[in-house]
Amino acid sequence: MNWVKTLKVTSVFIVIFIAILLSFPLNEKINLGLDLQGGSHVILDCVDSPNAPVDNDAVSRVLEIIRNRIDQLGVSEPVIQRQGATRILVQLPGVEDPEAAVDLIGKTALLEFKNEGGETQLTGAHLINAKSSFDQFSRSVVSIEFDKIGAKEFGEATKSNVGKVLTIALDGKEISAPVVQEPILDGKAQITGKFTLESANHLAILLRAGSLPVKVEILENRSVGPTLGRDSISKGVKAGIVGLILILIFMIIYYKGFGLVADFALVVCMILIVGALAGLKATLTLPGIAGIILTIGMAVDANILIFERIKEELKLEKTFRASIDAGFSKAFRTIFDANVTTLIAAFALFYFGSGPIKGFAVTLSIGILASMFTAIIITKIVLEVVATKFSSKALL
Amino acid sequence: MDLIGKKEFDFIKKRRIAYIISAVIILVGLISIIFQGFNLGIDFAGGSLLQIKFDKSVSTSEVRNVLSEFNLSQSTIQNLSENEFVIRTEKIGSEQRKEILTAFKEKLTDFEVLREETVGPVIGEDLKKSAFYALLFAFIGIILYITMRFEFKFSIISILALFHDCLIVLGVFSLLQKEITISIVAAVMTVVGYSINNTIVILDRLRENMKFKTREPFENLINMSINQSLSRTINTTLTTIIPILTLYFFGGSILSDFALALFIGMVAGTYSSIFIASPLLLEWNKIFKIHQKGFRITGKNGKK
Repeated sequence: MNWVKTLKVTSVFIVIFIAILLSFPLNEKINLGLDLQGGSHVILDCVDSPNAPVDNDAVSRVLEIIRNRIDQLGVSEPVIQRQGATRILVQLPGVEDPEAAVDLIGKTALLEFKNEGGETQLTGAHLINAKSSFDQFSRSVVSIEFDKIGAKEFGEATKSNVGKVLTIALDGKEISAPVVQEPILDGKAQITGKFTLESANHLAILLRAGSLPVKVEILENRSVGPTLGRDSISKGVKAGIVGLILILIFMIIYYKGFGLVADFALVVCMILIVGALAGLKATLTLPGIAGIILTIGMAVDANILIFERIKEELKLEKTFRASIDAGFSKAFRTIFDANVTTLIAAFALFYFGSGPIKGFAVTLSIGILASMFTAIIITKIVLEVVATKFSSKALL
Repeated sequence: MDLIGKKEFDFIKKRRIAYIISAVIILVGLISIIFQGFNLGIDFAGGSLLQIKFDKSVSTSEVRNVLSEFNLSQSTIQNLSENEFVIRTEKIGSEQRKEILTAFKEKLTDFEVLREETVGPVIGEDLKKSAFYALLFAFIGIILYITMRFEFKFSIISILALFHDCLIVLGVFSLLQKEITISIVAAVMTVVGYSINNTIVILDRLRENMKFKTREPFENLINMSINQSLSRTINTTLTTIIPILTLYFFGGSILSDFALALFIGMVAGTYSSIFIASPLLLEWNKIFKIHQKGFRITGKNGKK
């Protein structure tokens, strides 16, 4: 082997090594999309109501309040972004109970105390604290505390309603209807409703973060529970492995020695795809897994094209070495053209698509590039090395 | 080992049969598209989806009974297994969803919500728009590239083949009333990008043959080119279809329709590149009365 060849072979191994280095440990290096790790993707829209028109300031406050709520929910790495004039994108990866989380985000959370006549006596605007706790019967309750002004208003409201029902309502829905025993002047109270520990917690979070200044509407909600996410990963991986094995076998049966070379290239291609995903910090989604599986098939395409060409050249009684060169140069243009058209489609998907579909576009593009690289560079180097040791007949 | 052997097929002679087969499939698809349209998924039509797994086996009618209490008896209920369902309804709010779930728990059994999606009409319209632009962009991009790369005639033929493949996928989906979701649009676009490969390979070969074998009649050149690329066309299709099939069978419910669309598209694409695209070149020449080097409609080559 001359030094050029040695250099080529070494660089191939370096590339593979880097890809492996980038991708391990897999579960830490690969970002999973919401559809795989479970979580919620929500788009909210701030909408006008008669007494609360939407303006720029209101949207900013909504954003702030929602951020507060989510922070208190303890979601790691949430995305909370304003989109356009009135929309807000919220992504909550890995939440155990997406249903409850989404519920928490979209609520206006206007707390009202109403007298028997249904008139609002005061709101939760002057709350300074709210937390879930237990009463003497160890029922879950929400303890609230007003600031000075709130304490004064609350004192008056309780004073004028002694012996009567003071309804506590959230967003117009009654949560509790206690009878006022005596005026409460220290601004501290307990809301006793039919709470579970969780719902008491959520109400406390809502009250602490404050009510939204305008109404919000959920335009889109896509939530996946953790079970389905895990299930999707295992099914996707299974489909991929079965597909990969079938292709590896097919190539060996049909193309023998050449097939073995293609199989090597395919495995390298897969390593490169995973390495690139990890290196680019791209998000792997379920359609993204499908994209990788699809490239398993596409990756050997280029090899098949090259091998068929080499076979034809060999039939013309050229030497093995000359056939390899001719085969590659003749197949190159076709491989290039064919992949460019798929890349154009992938690019359109990336640009116009969102979420999971973007993930598909990413893996498809990475897969196509990796497969071109392995077919044109790695397969060629391997064949060149093989050609120095074996005759073409040994491969066919 | 050679799957196809050394046989030479006369694709040109049989081309009318292929035209008829394609025409029938596309026509049936078009009729279905016109008369029953597409079954638009919630991505585009708006609505809510609930994938739910009950702790015990539950029948579809039991689920429907509960839904009918909420005036949702028109919902689509798909059972993935004896206790797992995908329920598609009109758009429901979180309060109503809570009530439905409570009813499920009380009347049927305990469950786990695996997935829930709600898409409002505004987002549905947005998604329709982006799907349309994505398709348009992909089509224009690919057409531009092909036109730049090939002779005008070749690019028109490839584009015709492309429409052929898309129409078949869309026609089958309309016929089977399979849901059109964003994933299906993505699958169609992938088909658009990929299935043109085989056409390119054969046309490339034809161009090469036209350069070197100037004496051969055009029909023979076309046949020769298809036959020379046949084993590679079939093999690359096989290797692409194998993973798509494993995706269909093992990839789970969310990906199965996506895999189906890819499968139909890949098969249609391979078929069109072998049986439709290159023979159409001959028609083109006939229509525009181009006498390719040595090309004659009758004579020894026409009736071989």
